[in-house]
Amino acid sequence: MKVVKIDKQKWAAGIETLKNTYRLYGPVKAERFHDFALLEKGTLPDFNFQNTRLSPKAIIYPQTEVMFHYTLDENREDHHILKEVAGDAAPRAIVGIRPCDAAAFLLVKKNFDTPEFRDTYWVRAYEGTTLVGLACRQPCQTCFCTTAGCGPFGEEGLDVLLVEETDAFLAKALTAKGESFLTAAGWNDAADSGPIEALKREAETRIRSAVHTDRLAEKAIPELFDAAFWDDVAFSCINCGTCTYVCPTCWCFDIQDEVSGKSGLRMRNWDSCMYPLFTFHGSGHNPRSTKTKRVRQRFMHKLKYYVDKYHNGIQCVGCGRCVRQCPVNIDIRRVCDLMNSYEACR
Amino acid sequence: MLEYIDTIRKIAEKILKDGTVEIVIGFRKGTVPLMNEPCFVQKPEDVKNLVWDSNCGINLANYLTDRKGKIGIVAKGCDSRNIVTHIIENKIKREQLYIIGVPCKGMIDRRKIAAMMKAEIESVVEAGEGITVTAGGSEKTCKKSDVLQDNCAICIHRNPVEYDELAAEPVAEQQGVDRYEDIRRIEAMPAEEKYQFFDKLLAACIRCYACRNACPLCYCPTCFVDESRPQWVGKGQDPADIRTFHFLRAYHCAGRCTDCGACERACPVGIKVRLLTKKLEKDCLELFNWEAGLSLKVRPPLDTYKPDDPNEFIK
Repeated sequence: MKVVKIDKQKWAAGIETLKNTYRLYGPVKAERFHDFALLEKGTLPDFNFQNTRLSPKAIIYPQTEVMFHYTLDENREDHHILKEVAGDAAPRAIVGIRPCDAAAFLLVKKNFDTPEFRDTYWVRAYEGTTLVGLACRQPCQTCFCTTAGCGPFGEEGLDVLLVEETDAFLAKALTAKGESFLTAAGWNDAADSGPIEALKREAETRIRSAVHTDRLAEKAIPELFDAAFWDDVAFSCINCGTCTYVCPTCWCFDIQDEVSGKSGLRMRNWDSCMYPLFTFHGSGHNPRSTKTKRVRQRFMHKLKYYVDKYHNGIQCVGCGRCVRQCPVNIDIRRVCDLMNSYEACR
Repeated sequence: MLEYIDTIRKIAEKILKDGTVEIVIGFRKGTVPLMNEPCFVQKPEDVKNLVWDSNCGINLANYLTDRKGKIGIVAKGCDSRNIVTHIIENKIKREQLYIIGVPCKGMIDRRKIAAMMKAEIESVVEAGEGITVTAGGSEKTCKKSDVLQDNCAICIHRNPVEYDELAAEPVAEQQGVDRYEDIRRIEAMPAEEKYQFFDKLLAACIRCYACRNACPLCYCPTCFVDESRPQWVGKGQDPADIRTFHFLRAYHCAGRCTDCGACERACPVGIKVRLLTKKLEKDCLELFNWEAGLSLKVRPPLDTYKPDDPNEFIK
């Protein structure tokens, strides 16, 4: 695939031009933290960040998404019929997404786009989106992407990889979508991949944190499930949804109906396995009645059930957000290593 | 405060060994700078895992709710006030507890340190009143008093109010603190401005409920936002539902909140949720001359009925 060099002097004009073709999202700093937002006219993505507070998953999978509208007015012919919300397939692009967050969409895709089921809302948004990644030259100390299946210069899931240099970006088109993006911006100064490989190796050496996952697949589920360490791991947990909501690979949702007068809507909202209501049965029974059971579920799902079901590594890309943002410092790296090295007493 | 560690460990070891308690709840060293993790210790030989420094901002009273057995707990001023509140509200019994009181000089706001540095923080070393931060290969020293959590900067109850043993001599309480400067500013806003202020305040909320769950007061078996039969509050990102959650939660904490700051510390998106609870704290102080958690002997004004109540509506 081709590589182009984007002189920084041509960056702003290209970004403005792209806004004619794409709805453009990029990192911007609001008060204290960087997060992804729609870039209005005149706004450039702000690349002075290590990673955003929240992952950009909400651009494709909003926290609240209306799926259907309906009317309860029996005078109308179409009463009680769910009418699907016209999807938004207009092209959009996320500029400055980190490689880990782009790789996360591929993990989520395994759930939302299968031979058996296609989540039309997610698939439509995903397919309409061009992912323009920004290689990580200064990863966080809590990043462990290189042992979680990707890397600071990872290309999986991206359409373009941007590598920032002092006066220019090197842009490597990775898909046809990516080539169209560069063409639409008018960035066409062909270059060779030059220092990309060297910068990649340099960035990889900056990843100082790791997880060990090699033995997860061979463990027996019941043994890990009954492991003695869960009470210790879960003790500090307050069962908030921070880890799940900041995670780029957490995909669970809850469906809710809201009715106002005679018109109603059906929406889905992110949900969290940390919440008791997540598994609360209509009968009043809750199979995950304690916080230890809920904490165990989150780690077992990411580090064992997913591993066994998809044979695709762990359901984690090593972005480190949960490590940095957990209010009580529960650290998935520690839990992963506990699970990987666990030997049940026989 | 670092020098407390040895004493905390010694007391913990003693009460575990002599069977006074079955577990001790404290902090262990965190895996990232400026974070420690609440933990429990059951074996005397494990007390070495207990630590104490200015990164113990989580309120440990939160881990006592309805717990059985005999428990040792490390408690700074605010934790001890919430333990008192827990006892008054029958969430734990005084005789179940052995409280290791820790006179506190305030906890560090890790976000203030992050804002001070251009690069990611690599390490933080605390020595007395000074803090040395290393980030991006360069070092910077600052005074701890400049980077305290907002609630700690205006704290007037640093010493534990209820304890079995102190880990150190009491510290001097801060004098002449104006606790409500920010609240008065909001009170003075015209209604429309106030509305917009709160809208902006809560705009970043992702409804993770970290504020509620970090709060020792929020122990309802089912929170009103989690009621499903019937459901009271919408689950989506509608600002009306988000406001409902925050405002009602704050009201539920009226006369109980000790301004421990756990809510704000826990919030992943940096919402100043204390602005809501502090208004109610101020009202309770002005209306009832009440500060929560200072005594086991006095019932809080909002759970007391008096036949001679001056207000007509309650008779």
